[in-house]
Amino acid sequence: MHIKSEKNRTVELTDVVSECRDVSSLIFRDEETRGAKPGQYLMVWLPGVDEVPMSVSAIDMDGLSRITVRGVGEMTFKLNSLSTGDRVGLRGPFGNGYTVQGDKPLFVAGGSGAASLMPLVEEMHRQGTTPTFVLGARSADMLLFADRLEETLGENLIVSTDDGSRGYSGYASGYAAMLMEEDAFDMVYTCGPELMMAKVYQSARGHGLPIQASLERYVKCAVGLCGNCAIGPYRVCKDGPVFDADMLSEVRSEFGVSQMDASGRLIRVEH
Amino acid sequence: MSKISLAVEVAGLRLRSPLMNAAGVLGMSPPILKRVYDSGAGAVVTKSIGPAPRTGHPNPTLVRVSCGALNAMGLPNPGAEYFVDEIKALKEMGVPVVASFFGGSVEEFAEVASTLSKAGADALELNASCPNVQEELGMLASDAGNVEKVTATVREETRLPLFVKLSPNVTDIKEIAMAAERGGADAITAVNTLKGMAIDINFKRPILTNTTGGLSGPAVKPVALRCVWEVAEAVDIPVIGCGGVTTWEDAIEYLLAGASALEIGTAVMTHGFEVYGQVNEGIRRYLEMNGFSGIKEVVGLAHQIGEEQDSRADRCSIRV
Repeated sequence: MHIKSEKNRTVELTDVVSECRDVSSLIFRDEETRGAKPGQYLMVWLPGVDEVPMSVSAIDMDGLSRITVRGVGEMTFKLNSLSTGDRVGLRGPFGNGYTVQGDKPLFVAGGSGAASLMPLVEEMHRQGTTPTFVLGARSADMLLFADRLEETLGENLIVSTDDGSRGYSGYASGYAAMLMEEDAFDMVYTCGPELMMAKVYQSARGHGLPIQASLERYVKCAVGLCGNCAIGPYRVCKDGPVFDADMLSEVRSEFGVSQMDASGRLIRVEH
Repeated sequence: MSKISLAVEVAGLRLRSPLMNAAGVLGMSPPILKRVYDSGAGAVVTKSIGPAPRTGHPNPTLVRVSCGALNAMGLPNPGAEYFVDEIKALKEMGVPVVASFFGGSVEEFAEVASTLSKAGADALELNASCPNVQEELGMLASDAGNVEKVTATVREETRLPLFVKLSPNVTDIKEIAMAAERGGADAITAVNTLKGMAIDINFKRPILTNTTGGLSGPAVKPVALRCVWEVAEAVDIPVIGCGGVTTWEDAIEYLLAGASALEIGTAVMTHGFEVYGQVNEGIRRYLEMNGFSGIKEVVGLAHQIGEEQDSRADRCSIRV
């Protein structure tokens, strides 16, 4: 790992765009992020508020990169209320990122999961692969990157909403299970709520499919030292956030079940 | 030819390798500590455990600096009662465990030591020196009288080997080390992090939420090595070296300075878990190439050679 990318710096936002309900993208120019791999994340700092891990949701689009933030708490609400010209602190990109693999991949995203998967879709598309993508959300107005994905994937994008307000009515994991039954995929990528990913993992395992899932934990140091983001023998911040089938199998007693809080106690995974 | 053993005995604790992880590094959960052990450590050191759960300081808690890292985690830990099961889990996996601990008062130190001893830890490391909770808990290790008192009180609670981890942020570390020895410590761990800070020039404010943090990594090695040297001269109990050990050459320097064992932390950031195996192998090669039969023969050797030079200098001066 290049030391320079691990060091703190600040960037000025060149733009802030609204993506869907409660979700905005912060756009900025940062040399280190230009070299990010799909699936890597940045530690994003707002002085006096917090520093949190955020997937890089666009890498080097004409030199600009972005993170995409869903407002769920004080830090994310504040990030979403920033405007062009405001500054945020950054370190990273960190983590292993996805491995580009498979001729016929299936993507399953729920909640804000599309933020981490979007750069991978774009990279695979550039290489001539058009993945099948199941994009799920609670309702139509919460679908993240539906337009951007449709532009790239056309009919290979399948939308599902829990309330049936757009596309298939039900969970993305349910639709993905059906697709795995019908079609022969050779890789499954998933990012989103952990309970959804746990279901996708079960389906993939049932079909003997390789899988890469991007996990989320309470990240503090981001450089693999403090151990606060541990799941089984792995550090989500450094060995992850992307876990393959073998790693998931090793941590299956915790995956979708429990996670460490800031004090190191295991608490239930709620969603 | 059979491989030279790296086994050491520190304060009655027999270890297959002199290497451990430094407290606070990777010590939150048994599976990660098992990975440290499987990577070649002789024992593992837990996160510092206190009497009650603590979330620690809010992020940012770590800043990467040239040749190291600054951290102000603020002693996050799940509390001693919770950690009993974690120690038991490690023992079931066959991993020797050094339980690092702290308290907000002498009584709390004793209480936590007692809980962790009963949980089955192989040794205890009294953290007298976290630089990141001073306002709350004070810096115990900066006062010799307090160090002696808390060490003596904990001593009455446990028969386990008791290490006392000292701070480099003191005027005279020898004095503090002697106080710990008088209090009944079985070994001195030298040293905790060096107090430092970092400021963001655009936001124009300190980066760490705690303002200051502890510097670790190669940046502190010369300071920590000097501390080990001084402590080794001041006390008769073993010294465990800690501070920026990254390569096997660093490890040998520490052994020569008087360390009987070593704790490696920040190097995991740059070298991964593999650092333990790499340093083990380097030490082994050094022992072989220099004709040593074990680590014990190297410990403190630089002091003896120093004495020989001194006595030669004395003879010269007599002649003059």
